[in-house]
Amino acid sequence: MSATWQHRLAERGVDRRLWLLLPATIFVLLLFVYPFLYGLSLSFQPMDGGGVLANYDKFFSDAYQRDTIATTLKIALPAALLNVLAAVPIAFRLRGRFRGKRLLTTILVVPITLGTVLTAQGLLNYLGPTGWFNRVLLSLQIVDDPIRLTNNYWGVFFSLVITGFPFAFLLVLSYLSGIDPTLQRAAATLGASRAQRFRRITLPLLAPGLATTFLLTFVLAFSVFPSAVLVGNPAGSTRVISLAAYQAAYEQYDYAYASAIAMVMGAVELVVVAIVLVWRSRLYTGSTGGKG
Amino acid sequence: MNPKVRSVRATPLGWVIWGAVVFFFVNLAGVVFSVLVSSFGTKWFDTWLPSGFTTHWYGDAWREFTLFHVIVVTLLVSGLVVVLSVLVGAPAAYVLARKNFPGKRLVYLTFLLPILMPPITYGIPLATVLYKFGFAGHLSGVVLANLVPSVPFVILTMTPFIEQVDPRIEDAARMLGAGTRSVFLKILAPLLVPGLLASGILVLVRTVGMFELTFLTAGPDSQTLVVALYYSMSAAGIRAQQSVDAMAVMYTAMMLVLLVVALRFVNPTQLVARVKEEPSE
Repeated sequence: MSATWQHRLAERGVDRRLWLLLPATIFVLLLFVYPFLYGLSLSFQPMDGGGVLANYDKFFSDAYQRDTIATTLKIALPAALLNVLAAVPIAFRLRGRFRGKRLLTTILVVPITLGTVLTAQGLLNYLGPTGWFNRVLLSLQIVDDPIRLTNNYWGVFFSLVITGFPFAFLLVLSYLSGIDPTLQRAAATLGASRAQRFRRITLPLLAPGLATTFLLTFVLAFSVFPSAVLVGNPAGSTRVISLAAYQAAYEQYDYAYASAIAMVMGAVELVVVAIVLVWRSRLYTGSTGGKG
Repeated sequence: MNPKVRSVRATPLGWVIWGAVVFFFVNLAGVVFSVLVSSFGTKWFDTWLPSGFTTHWYGDAWREFTLFHVIVVTLLVSGLVVVLSVLVGAPAAYVLARKNFPGKRLVYLTFLLPILMPPITYGIPLATVLYKFGFAGHLSGVVLANLVPSVPFVILTMTPFIEQVDPRIEDAARMLGAGTRSVFLKILAPLLVPGLLASGILVLVRTVGMFELTFLTAGPDSQTLVVALYYSMSAAGIRAQQSVDAMAVMYTAMMLVLLVVALRFVNPTQLVARVKEEPSE
């Protein structure tokens, strides 16, 4: 009896090797799922009493808090989009083999090592009112007064481009290298121009990878926190939602409210992720349909 | 130039693109050098360069921020995270690469979520839970928190490497009487060394650079270098700006060494897809 039962399970792929999955599963349940559910339930138990949704009500009825969502999206979406769009032509030129490829790739990847603080210090030094950038502009008489590029939106934006671009570039280059080059050559034999080859072959095959890259860079940009404080204007134009969550937890010690903000943050981020994934699944069927 | 090697083509669009890249890097160099110059500078106000140069900021930073201790903590945390996440992640990657079973998609999604969510969203509830059980504020809490994105990361990077190992090799070993343990240790482990190295090194780089999770769970004695740096910079005015610059330079130097080591073992273009390089003609 039990032998056939085991046999049937084994046919569906359930056998002893599945035990290998156990440590990782326990780990994810204990350190990710449980804290997440704990935070979710905590967010419904407001510290100051009130209804179940009091924390969420508090967040959405306070414009100073609510606006952090728009602020975050206004920084993260353009930064992620720029990083992906800029990575495509550069990666396209660096695909395949040529002399100095390794060096060029390394140079493009090195900004990953800079870290938020060096980037922040550097931006403050370099783009600040007495920094080299403004000095050059002033001495070339392009501007009359130093332009303000730090302690505001642009400081944070530049810092996201510096840290996010190498990452986006690496991923795009990786996806691009995964596309079989014989397809390109086949199209060339059939008389397709360079532009046609890019638009009809490379782009459709690359699109799902671009969507993934956009998602990962967006996640990075969406959780921007240190640079929003260091090179931004953390009380105003760059008061991002993670800052609101952090302040609730570690400045007001209201973990329930902080959890509620974290949940809102997760929800907003997952909405963007879901939109991109739906768009991506359409793209994918589109390109396979067009190939035949 | 060697005719077999394709040169970088210079079409009009190409010039625009390379122009933009050069512009970006000139400015990036400005950003980096301004920190480097400042970390060696004495006084630097409204001039092109500081009025003099010195190296004493490095000594100051080293003593003031107890950097030796901070670096020991950073290496300890990252090392533990690498070892533990590989030990937990690799077997799971093996199952996900080799088998189909009911609920696989759900399991996969659960492993994917920690990578898709911003660290702050799960970091705040996680820190609360860790404080509840007395882990946070200590090294153990920092390690546990950093494992959350690292284990899934190992699983995702290892899976393609495992898929490349022909299952018939394992079957042959089993036929010859090898048990599961010796199949793993004698057959799979040696074949998977590149994958293990790749994911281990990437986890190392990520953990050294991971700010949010460490920031939320570290106590005064368990700060890693990124967090110590953040504190020293956000407490501006208390510390000399140049010694923060010096510390940032040290951090970057450390990351640079790690990245160079990583690039020796990991071909960056093979992270997500197997490469069929364009034949060189």
